Amino acid sequence: MNLVVFSGPPSSGKTSIILKTIEALKQRNISVGVVKFDCLYTDDDVLYEKAGVPVKKGLSGALCPDHFFASNIEEVVQWGIKLDLDLLITESAGLCNRCSPYIREIKGVCVIDNLSGINTPKKIGPMLKSADIVVITKGDIVSQAEREVFASKVSSVNPRAMTMHINGLTGQGAFELSTLLIDEEKKIESVQGMELRFPMPAALCSYCLGETRIGEAYQMGNVRKMDLGDDYE
Amino acid sequence: MTMSKLTIRELIDKYPFIVSYLEDNKLDITGFEDKTFDDYLNHFSGEEIENWAIDKERLKEDLLAYIRQMKEFLGIKDDTSISSLTIIAGHDKSKNPEGFEEFTINKSEIVSIVGPTGSGKSRLLADIEWTAQKDTPTGRAILINGEKPDMKWRFSSNNKLVAQLSQNMNFVMDLTVKEFIELHAQSRLVEDVEETSQRIIDAANNLAGEKFDLETPVTALSGGQSRALMIADTAILSSSPIVLIDEIENAGIDRKKALKLLVSKDKIVLMATHDPTLALIADKRIVIKNGGISKIIETSQEEKEILVELERMDSIIQGMRSELRAGKQLQVRGKK
Repeated sequence: MNLVVFSGPPSSGKTSIILKTIEALKQRNISVGVVKFDCLYTDDDVLYEKAGVPVKKGLSGALCPDHFFASNIEEVVQWGIKLDLDLLITESAGLCNRCSPYIREIKGVCVIDNLSGINTPKKIGPMLKSADIVVITKGDIVSQAEREVFASKVSSVNPRAMTMHINGLTGQGAFELSTLLIDEEKKIESVQGMELRFPMPAALCSYCLGETRIGEAYQMGNVRKMDLGDDYE
Repeated sequence: MTMSKLTIRELIDKYPFIVSYLEDNKLDITGFEDKTFDDYLNHFSGEEIENWAIDKERLKEDLLAYIRQMKEFLGIKDDTSISSLTIIAGHDKSKNPEGFEEFTINKSEIVSIVGPTGSGKSRLLADIEWTAQKDTPTGRAILINGEKPDMKWRFSSNNKLVAQLSQNMNFVMDLTVKEFIELHAQSRLVEDVEETSQRIIDAANNLAGEKFDLETPVTALSGGQSRALMIADTAILSSSPIVLIDEIENAGIDRKKALKLLVSKDKIVLMATHDPTLALIADKRIVIKNGGISKIIETSQEEKEILVELERMDSIIQGMRSELRAGKQLQVRGKK
């Protein structure tokens, strides 16, 4: 089975792109399943079900969804293998712009949209910078100039990625993406022992442990203070 | 590579474009100009590396990749000569062969595309953009300059084969026209930004019904002005040799001039339209049906005569539009 990890900011079009890509894969008789990771709520699973795609969802609740991903991915892979899928796609929540749940050796796709503003590529960390393929969406509603500027910003933070423009509404470009996801040589039986491409943030402070009170006395562990300058002195 | 021995100052002298790589990756090299890039990366503390999600190895490899890519891009700039695009027939959704065998469009030619929504226009465009090699659902093949195209058109992010202009495009950036053009020019590594900006605004004003200047915010432009700016910018600054136009609304812009401008910049123009004035300006039109090209029609002499009549009517309407805008009352023609 091939595994591909999709990630990207909320509302960038991940689900639409995945659905259009699956349509193209189905025409080639490739069986695909999806596991959607999110935090509190998602109804994307309904969309996949409607499209006849085997789907599971994982809600991380009080945990960081990407940490949750890392702790569950092996079980998810085994689910896909049990269903005898050719391709398993995981879709991340894409919340804080820093993390990326990409795994070395496993294809990572970042979906990002033209409407998010030209400085967005600069703001997104490893989620964009360490992706193998960057899919840029919503190109049909911005000018050609903005599309070109946006793509050049993406390529300066991740010059090695392949950048593709895909229209999530018409599916233009989705067939092309689908041809890049199946790789006979990258078939896996397990992700046991594989490594994340980038360490997730090591935040363990009193608030991680359920503290709700505000004030110096309640702050313990990995706490960092903003530098607000000395203006008030 | 010897690059690891160069100081950052030497690197910038040799490859001035890496300044935007450093900027976009938030690498402030102030004070490290005389050190190597490796030395610079090694100065980050463990805490900084964790806090700012810095990946030293990736940054080093990416810088090399970036330089390679930009060098290639600069090379391509000198050699953007695409003189023709050839479509070799595949089949429609029902696997029937398409109604032509081979169709070549030369630069500075305009071809219109007609057919109902959902008939396969997007697929045709995607085939061109992906330079299909019988490996897409239509089984079509695309040739550039009569040859099997270089795979760079598929995989490079800065050199896309097709630029698109569509009806629902908007400017989303909050910039003035000047800042907007400059930003685009910088991303294309244009040397004379000021002169290029002036050329674009002059061209845009030549197309727009109402003039605007470099200090106007792009979000304050009217529909016609926006389209004029987008077309002028695409004609002059876009690196893509093929332009696809998805209808140009007939308001506030001289469409014939717009097409002339694109064609004068050696672009290959494909235009999806059901507006008779536009469709007939093209010398040929592609008819799409059931996912395939059912036929290619050459604009007949009779149609060209119809076009003259259409253009006459068009100019009457445009004239009336200007008069209304100027606050005049309309009069029956010929009456004083």
